[in-house]
Amino acid sequence: MLVTHSLPSDRVEELLSSIGADQACQMLERMQVIRYFEEKAEELYALGKIHGTMHLSIGQEATAVGASSAVRSGYDYLLNHHRGHGHCLAWGSDVNRTMAEFMGKEAGYCRGRGGSMHIADVERNNLGANGIVAGGVPIAPGVGLSIKLRGTDQVCLVIFGDGASNEGAFHEALNLASIWNLPVIFLCENNQYGMSMSIQRAANIERISLRAVAYGVPGETVDGNDLLAVYDAVGRAAAHARAGSGPTLIESVTYRWRGHSKSDRQAYRTRDEVKEWQAKDPIPRFARCLIEAGMLSEAEFEAVQQRAAQQIEAAVAFSDASPEPDVSTILEGVYA
Amino acid sequence: MYGGAFGVSAGLYDQFGAERVRDTPISEAAIAGACLGAALTGMRPIGEIQFMDFVTLSMEQLVLQASKVRFMFGGKASAPFVLRMPGGSGTGAAAQHSQSLENWFVHVPGLKVVMPSSAYDAKGLLLASIDDDNPVIFVEHKLLYKTKGHVPAEMYRIPLSQSHIVRQGRDVTVVATSIMVQRALAAADELAPEGIEIEIVDPRTLSPLDEEPIVESVIKTGRVLVVHEAVITGGFGGEIVSRIASSAAFDYLDAPVRRLAGRHMPIPYNRTLEYHTVPQVENIVEEARRLAQGVY
Repeated sequence: MLVTHSLPSDRVEELLSSIGADQACQMLERMQVIRYFEEKAEELYALGKIHGTMHLSIGQEATAVGASSAVRSGYDYLLNHHRGHGHCLAWGSDVNRTMAEFMGKEAGYCRGRGGSMHIADVERNNLGANGIVAGGVPIAPGVGLSIKLRGTDQVCLVIFGDGASNEGAFHEALNLASIWNLPVIFLCENNQYGMSMSIQRAANIERISLRAVAYGVPGETVDGNDLLAVYDAVGRAAAHARAGSGPTLIESVTYRWRGHSKSDRQAYRTRDEVKEWQAKDPIPRFARCLIEAGMLSEAEFEAVQQRAAQQIEAAVAFSDASPEPDVSTILEGVYA
Repeated sequence: MYGGAFGVSAGLYDQFGAERVRDTPISEAAIAGACLGAALTGMRPIGEIQFMDFVTLSMEQLVLQASKVRFMFGGKASAPFVLRMPGGSGTGAAAQHSQSLENWFVHVPGLKVVMPSSAYDAKGLLLASIDDDNPVIFVEHKLLYKTKGHVPAEMYRIPLSQSHIVRQGRDVTVVATSIMVQRALAAADELAPEGIEIEIVDPRTLSPLDEEPIVESVIKTGRVLVVHEAVITGGFGGEIVSRIASSAAFDYLDAPVRRLAGRHMPIPYNRTLEYHTVPQVENIVEEARRLAQGVY
């Protein structure tokens, strides 16, 4: 098992003081919203209210929120992957419209045309989740090139899984971003399984971030269950990119608590392994960190959880009340 | 720097500079992805794939991403880019550098597929493709690079999805694409002294197709031959034929609808074999004559 080091305590202090208590508590709340969103998704699926499949990111919330918080969501660009509900919510997208998209409703971000695997919030530069492994990765250099040609100080954050790092497109994209010195942050969310295949079996290197060496870009591996570690690494990569120094490859090591999708019986891993990772739950971990720093009380943590739960209930009510897409509009958006 | 495998971007680097005109590594997925990413964020990139055959390495970005982003994201994303690629045989480049794969893209909603058949059309269609808010697959036949024709200096556009009657005729409609339009014109010149007048319709944009001029032409002539270089099986000709068969033109048909297309085989290296793999002028002359004379 890959060992990731904890942030030194003085770095934790430094980060927390620059983030501030209010924003730190908002990050905690966003993680909680994602957790409850995913649990609600699972429940709605069990109730037969969801038409398709879904990929849940329970256990991976710190990577989503840590990364999005470290860039300027809405100004910078995001590309992400099929396990993307959390990325969209972490980007600050509306919970109601995210839920409505998941439920296939007209009020959803994609008017119910995209669904769980294709949630995008284009107005806020979230260029979408992607149903194809590494599908979003080669798009990122194009976004980076556009930023460069337009002369803005935006960056493009592209999130993909460990499985994607074995796709050719990942290698082409990292190389192109490197030779053109583009402002792209390649964030590999290593949840340790590409469907049923563990990354240890799928790649013969200890760290995916080592692949950065092959393309002449900085690479580092962080504890993906530590929100501050992700925030720190992505923040540094963003500063590097904005300074015109080019792309970075970050590997964020986390763990998928649930199966790959709804049809997964998880015969490829043990219950003990899952339990071991559940003990590393990123949400109480960050809450403890804030409590220790005097930024949060136990009572406030409960209030955070209540607010998060209320947002999810409201989102389901909103989505239930939203109309189905009208069949007369079926061809809209095929062509401009 | 090289100007592309056939020099189609020659001079652009000197004129517009290294920021806007970029050499890329041989990374077709990344080239298509870079076009898409730039297009999604406000640019209008033009990419080139060295040979159309190599677009097989870009297929994921084109078929699963670019073609679908607008629809999949509820109409809110736009991917206006053009991907140019030289296709076709006749240069002795053999099986992996000579294919005509346009119909693969015709089958994908969300993509536009454009195939110019002359220098004049190439300019007007390319400018219209650059203006278009959809991803456009722009297929150029290598042999057409060597043809000459009048091209006005001004920036004229030829609207996409507008089929063009290249030559008027009363006896046989020939629906042809790309270089087959030029071969059909040569065939028409040979047939005219025999009193056979063929009407040539060039769809120019294969998808979305402007069907009406084809249907109207067949209503006029009652006989139709569809010609393209791509392999006949599953080729664009099948689509044209079925559109005609499902249209008002059906009742006006005086003869079976005929297709001339590439044989169901890879393109051979040997010059003679290569020549006989795809339709040539004499094949069009023969087929059109038989249709006109009612011998088939």
